[in-house]
Amino acid sequence: MGTTESAAASLDAEVLRQRLDQLAQREGVRRWDLGASCSTDTSVQVDRGEAKQMKGAQRSAITLRVWNDDGLVGITSTSDLSDAGLARALAGARDASAYGNVDEVPDFSPLATAPLPVLEQPLRPPVSILSLLDTLKEAESDLLGRHPAIGTVPYNGLAQRSSDRLYINSDGACRQQRLTTASLYLYARAEEAGRKPRSSGAVRLAYGAADLDVAGCVQEAAERTIAHLDYAPIRTGRYTCVFSPEAFLDLIGAFSSLFNARAVLDGVSLSRRESLGEQLAVPFFSLHDNGLHPANVGAAAFDGEGTPTRRLSLVEGGVLRHFLHSEATARAFGVAPTGHAGLGAKVSVGPDWFEIGPTPGSDGGARGLDRFASGAGAGDGLVVIDSLSALHAGVKASQGAFSLPFDGWLVEGGTARSIEAATVAGDIRTLLKAIVGFEGPAKVTPDGLCPHVWVEGLSITGDA
Amino acid sequence: MVVSPPTGAPAASALTLSPAALGDPAWRSVLEPLLAAGRSAGADLVEVFLERSDHLGLLAEQDVITSVSPAFGAGAGLRVFLGDRDGFVSTNDLSAAGLRAALEQALGMLGLLLPSQGGRAFDGLPELRDFAATKEGWLQACPSLAETTGRLLEGTGRLAAHGQHLQVRRGSYARDWQEVLVAASDGTFARDVRLHQSVGLNVLAADGDHRASLGRRYGTSDSPDDLRRWDVEAAAVDVCSSAGTMLYADYVEAGQFPVVLANRFGGVIFHEACGHLLETTQVERATTPFADMVGQPIAHPSLTAIDEGLTAGAFGSLAMDDEGMEPQRTVLIENGILQRFLSDRAGERRTGHPRTGSGRRQSHAFAAASRMRNTYIAAGPHSPEDLIASVDKGLYCKSMGGGSVGPTGQFNFAVEEGYLIENGTLTRPVKGATLIGDAKEVMPRISMCANDLELAAGFCGSVSGSIFVTVGQPHIKVDTITVGGR
Repeated sequence: MGTTESAAASLDAEVLRQRLDQLAQREGVRRWDLGASCSTDTSVQVDRGEAKQMKGAQRSAITLRVWNDDGLVGITSTSDLSDAGLARALAGARDASAYGNVDEVPDFSPLATAPLPVLEQPLRPPVSILSLLDTLKEAESDLLGRHPAIGTVPYNGLAQRSSDRLYINSDGACRQQRLTTASLYLYARAEEAGRKPRSSGAVRLAYGAADLDVAGCVQEAAERTIAHLDYAPIRTGRYTCVFSPEAFLDLIGAFSSLFNARAVLDGVSLSRRESLGEQLAVPFFSLHDNGLHPANVGAAAFDGEGTPTRRLSLVEGGVLRHFLHSEATARAFGVAPTGHAGLGAKVSVGPDWFEIGPTPGSDGGARGLDRFASGAGAGDGLVVIDSLSALHAGVKASQGAFSLPFDGWLVEGGTARSIEAATVAGDIRTLLKAIVGFEGPAKVTPDGLCPHVWVEGLSITGDA
Repeated sequence: MVVSPPTGAPAASALTLSPAALGDPAWRSVLEPLLAAGRSAGADLVEVFLERSDHLGLLAEQDVITSVSPAFGAGAGLRVFLGDRDGFVSTNDLSAAGLRAALEQALGMLGLLLPSQGGRAFDGLPELRDFAATKEGWLQACPSLAETTGRLLEGTGRLAAHGQHLQVRRGSYARDWQEVLVAASDGTFARDVRLHQSVGLNVLAADGDHRASLGRRYGTSDSPDDLRRWDVEAAAVDVCSSAGTMLYADYVEAGQFPVVLANRFGGVIFHEACGHLLETTQVERATTPFADMVGQPIAHPSLTAIDEGLTAGAFGSLAMDDEGMEPQRTVLIENGILQRFLSDRAGERRTGHPRTGSGRRQSHAFAAASRMRNTYIAAGPHSPEDLIASVDKGLYCKSMGGGSVGPTGQFNFAVEEGYLIENGTLTRPVKGATLIGDAKEVMPRISMCANDLELAAGFCGSVSGSIFVTVGQPHIKVDTITVGGR
């Protein structure tokens, strides 16, 4: 019954190139490039032991860029990979090129034919959707059984994907990457009599559904949810805060325009061209972008312009060292592209996967943490920030300001108690210079690698 | 008539992206056999959602067009129900073979197989309800690329004329045209064309260490001339005035205060704090505290709240929802009493709440879910000045940023432009405020509603993707709420 998995998604790069060559020749387009992708997905959700929804998807997409006779660029995107669709996309891109930006014309990446990194990414065959369903039902049942207060797991999902993406240009570049991934998320809701409901969860990624750490996901979701059951309000004031790796990575990600050359050129970053070499954070703080880290499941070998992905030092010893670049921003700065570009009329730039930790040779703030270990710095207690919410609304990246709801605990007298409802607010530049130290080993998360991070003097608003 | 499974049906690929693709009568001969096949396999209900889309995005920075991003596409979403379970498959392959494969996959999720004999009957599709008949020319009636880029550059030019210390001036425009055809084995067969346009101005003002980023966005539906009617002068003056005020604003003091929220986009508080919790998707997940409270008070007696899809030109209006049902005016809360929930097909099957024409999705890639349309708090008897005068010390929120609500009903949203209220009067501008609260606690605290109801366009992201919505309210007063700040 019901083996419903689809065949692995695939694109034929050579066929696509030949079709584009013919269409471009017919339309008089001499220079073009494209990014294409296709994927097949299956996913399940459950609700108290029953299948809630099962989904499948076959997707295809292409973004086509052309240079007109004046050297200006236009693009068009479509999900229609038929000959008619490609012809229409080519015509649309040529029309759009009439409005190309004269002041900044993208070019092919000079690294679009450079050797690619070798990634250890096993291709896993899809499992049947009914197998996914059984796995998720068992995980939900296990989680529900961890504590009487856990009544539902309202947000859950187990998904698997097979994808194929490529980059081709009219100068002969051809990049292609096939990938399989799987993901599991479990967010439980717990409620005790006469008390407010509490919620928390966990996520796991792997190359195939059979590789997922289901038990670990259940355990983490249960621990996090149960740990928030006993809650109390917190007094408004300034506290020393301990960010979980996930929370700190979320915060740095929300302010990644600090390291983004596109944002610098556009004037919306807190950094300027001349910021390179300036002290951005405490001297023991180090930040790299490393999409190639072995723990980065689903790493891309190349960016939207075909530039190879690589590890890049952004902050070393607290000093801003490099920016993330596309081809166009790299040209403007006189450096090489770094492999962080998208593909568009105005090429976006973004980070892959952060590595945050102590600068080699530094103590990672151990002396600062010793101060707290001796009881000298805690004041009204420590606030542990487990997870941040509403980053889309509460972060003003171009101003450096944040004011964010969070889930966490107040640690007083050696006892941790969940905080009922609170926000943490501050300025990212001040925060980076108020880091006390790193605690414990770096933890691998879906967004990067980071230890716990202690920060002094953040504003916490509560309702005690 | 009982329609058989597809045998020799015309290839739908021949229809794809033709000028009136989904209005082509030939689609009936593709869809009826699909629905019949699904029923014969034992499905309670089979639904096919076909979509064609055409998008244009533009960006002007300073006095240059920096991005022109056209996109077009087509796809289908097939959903099969068996009891209260369902399987959903989306695909970009609109060929008969592609749709048949998607149907087989969706059926297989529920343990149903093709080919099948002796399943359930399907009586064929009725006459098409064609809401799109008068809308065929909408896309062509929209402003040309040349006209659109000209309007955007006019906008950034006006910003330069009216603003001071402007480091960045941006104008953006998005046009989303969508044609949909919905066919289901319960006799639903309807087509519509939707057109949404939005235009926004944003600035970043900087003076030494002082910085302020602000924006305003305007959006309408089903009005090809919208961009031509946009009052670019008023928009630029509005943005520049707010940016000039907020550039030197201090950070707000944190604490518990009474708050007055301005009309228009202030309505995001109801959207986040309560609206999402009145969707049957939340009842299904057991994440709403209001699940069993129809007929009971959940808000202050002064509060009446409505969700509808009918207001002409509003961003969340629809001729039909994404399940082919015409929208309604749904009174959610009347004088503080919960009246009903917003429901879609799945919500009706799983919770018993009747459908309200609220089944919505971003695209064919999402299964429809119960979602808000134009959602607002009704006007009350007071003037806005009455509300401000009633507060000794509090916060006036003139302009709101985005917000969200979590699985326990905890909501939050950011204040983009705020002012202190001291002794019943607006005094200093303040920035950096985030309002947080719990839906069950805050709804009884909305104690005063003014008489100046206005609506504002927005985007809402949730289980079925990002959709066009309207939020709205008159000025309202919340007796006390937690204001996060420094």
